[in-house]
Amino acid sequence: MAKSKQNVNPVQRPIRKFAPIFILPTFAAFLIGFVWPFIQGIYLSFCKFNTPKDAKWVGISNYLKVFSDAGFLNAFKNTAAFAVVSIILINVIAFMIAYALTQKIRGANLFRTVFFMPNLIGGVVLGYIWSMIFDGILKRYGTYLTANGTYGFWGLVILVAWQQIGYMMIIYIAGLQAISEDMMEAAKIDGANGTQTLFKVVIPNVMPAITTCTFLTLTNSFKMFDQNMALTGGLPSIMQNGAKVNVTELLALNIYSTYNINKNWHGVAQAKAVVFFILVAVLAIAQQAATRSKEVEQ
Amino acid sequence: MKTKKQNYSKLSRLLSLFFLLLSIVWLMPIFEVLMNSFKENAFVNLNPFALPNSESFVGFANYIKGMTFGNYPFVKSVCYSLFITVVSVFLILLFCSMSAWYIARVDSLLSKSFYYLCLFSMIVPFQMVMFTLTFTADKLKLNTPYTIPIVYLGFGAGLAIFMFLGFVKGLPLEIEEAAAIDGCGPVRTFFMVVLPMLKPTLISVGILELMWVWNDYLLPYLVLDRTKYMTIPIHVQYLKGSYGSVDLGATMAVIMLSIIPIILVYMFCQKHIIKGVAAGAVKG
Repeated sequence: MAKSKQNVNPVQRPIRKFAPIFILPTFAAFLIGFVWPFIQGIYLSFCKFNTPKDAKWVGISNYLKVFSDAGFLNAFKNTAAFAVVSIILINVIAFMIAYALTQKIRGANLFRTVFFMPNLIGGVVLGYIWSMIFDGILKRYGTYLTANGTYGFWGLVILVAWQQIGYMMIIYIAGLQAISEDMMEAAKIDGANGTQTLFKVVIPNVMPAITTCTFLTLTNSFKMFDQNMALTGGLPSIMQNGAKVNVTELLALNIYSTYNINKNWHGVAQAKAVVFFILVAVLAIAQQAATRSKEVEQ
Repeated sequence: MKTKKQNYSKLSRLLSLFFLLLSIVWLMPIFEVLMNSFKENAFVNLNPFALPNSESFVGFANYIKGMTFGNYPFVKSVCYSLFITVVSVFLILLFCSMSAWYIARVDSLLSKSFYYLCLFSMIVPFQMVMFTLTFTADKLKLNTPYTIPIVYLGFGAGLAIFMFLGFVKGLPLEIEEAAAIDGCGPVRTFFMVVLPMLKPTLISVGILELMWVWNDYLLPYLVLDRTKYMTIPIHVQYLKGSYGSVDLGATMAVIMLSIIPIILVYMFCQKHIIKGVAAGAVKG
């Protein structure tokens, strides 16, 4: 938008006067719902507090506690492992389903509808449903879901795969459908077989979709909360160097439980939240950068 | 299309069969809940995978019980969830589309800084602001179902404005100029000219926000006064917490009731949902 055009434009000038109507309600709510809590959150991460009124500045001691907290480190390791496993599992299966469904097969639309459906159900309800299923199965072997950290971890992987495969499949289908017929035809004429076409033509052409989905599964795994809380709630817990560690807890749940369990650790929980924010923000910015560079190549 | 008989290869028939089986497996968890919602409590616990038989089948008794049992009947949570979702989505659609139009059309410090703040808010996870948001909401008395939509508007504004902006920027300026020359003021221009053109985006954003608010657990759990108000996800988690002491059959009925509305919406506007969800993929 050129400046010179703006001044003569009959649309721009009158709108300015209407700023209170157009922008103020959202801006006020945005200040209440985001800007102020964000600023206060940064400040309180350097304080010992119970409520904002009794906040006392303690410098970086909250952050030092964060990085020496066994629970947080365990949650970080869990989240990283969970992210790697779910990225691979979800993307491979979603791509295979999308690839098969874009071939000429009967009922492809129906299958697409079915696979996407779990996405509509909220995380808490998902957690409840699957905890019932896992407990039902494990009962036959005389055990239960929260008896063992391994069950909880893989249980969450299965739950999240069930929920997200349909979503990623939609993105892959869109990517696959964008490949031009001519290119596929050319590959066929040149005598490429199925495998060659897949790896030399199809996959390079859906790289943008692969980047998007990889980062989506990555950020989703890092921000996972509802499902984690509703499925195992972080249980079982063990004692490790004199501190209680919830074995199946991921980062977001760890922040939450730190705040709720120990009143003296409100500042530490907020510091964890800041560290968490930086992690998620770096991932999101890396995603933007990766997507941009792919767009340039195209 | 009718004259051309579709020729499916042998491989494609096999694939169809495979996907049919996979679809059935995929729907099993939902079927499992449906099945148990018709069984008596004791039988759910005994064997959750058994089909209802003449002994365990109780018809719709669980549904009636599920909606009304306890000192906080589920039907209350359903009403609060409905109210919060409808009002929040309405507020977000109305005010964020207005703001996006203002930001796109007016080149001022306010609109520029608001735009960059919106972009920034999209990479901030809820955990970063959740504790402090609770304090602010308590102080401003935003902790009731009637006022919590303001919190949703505030926290959801970033993504909604970003999505609206993407569309508003593509609208031809000439139409608005014509309206202005014809003596149409900004408010009328927006509601009579711009808003109708925004319809597809309103649907996409609306569906995205609808699914977010309806399924959201943590925000209402932290913000609302828990002793007085629950939403569906809060209620379901509450029931899970009291595992064993509550009627499992009735709980399954309640879960079914919370899934059904969203599946119905999905059936009717599948195309928009898939589009809207894919559009929301930009949020970090």
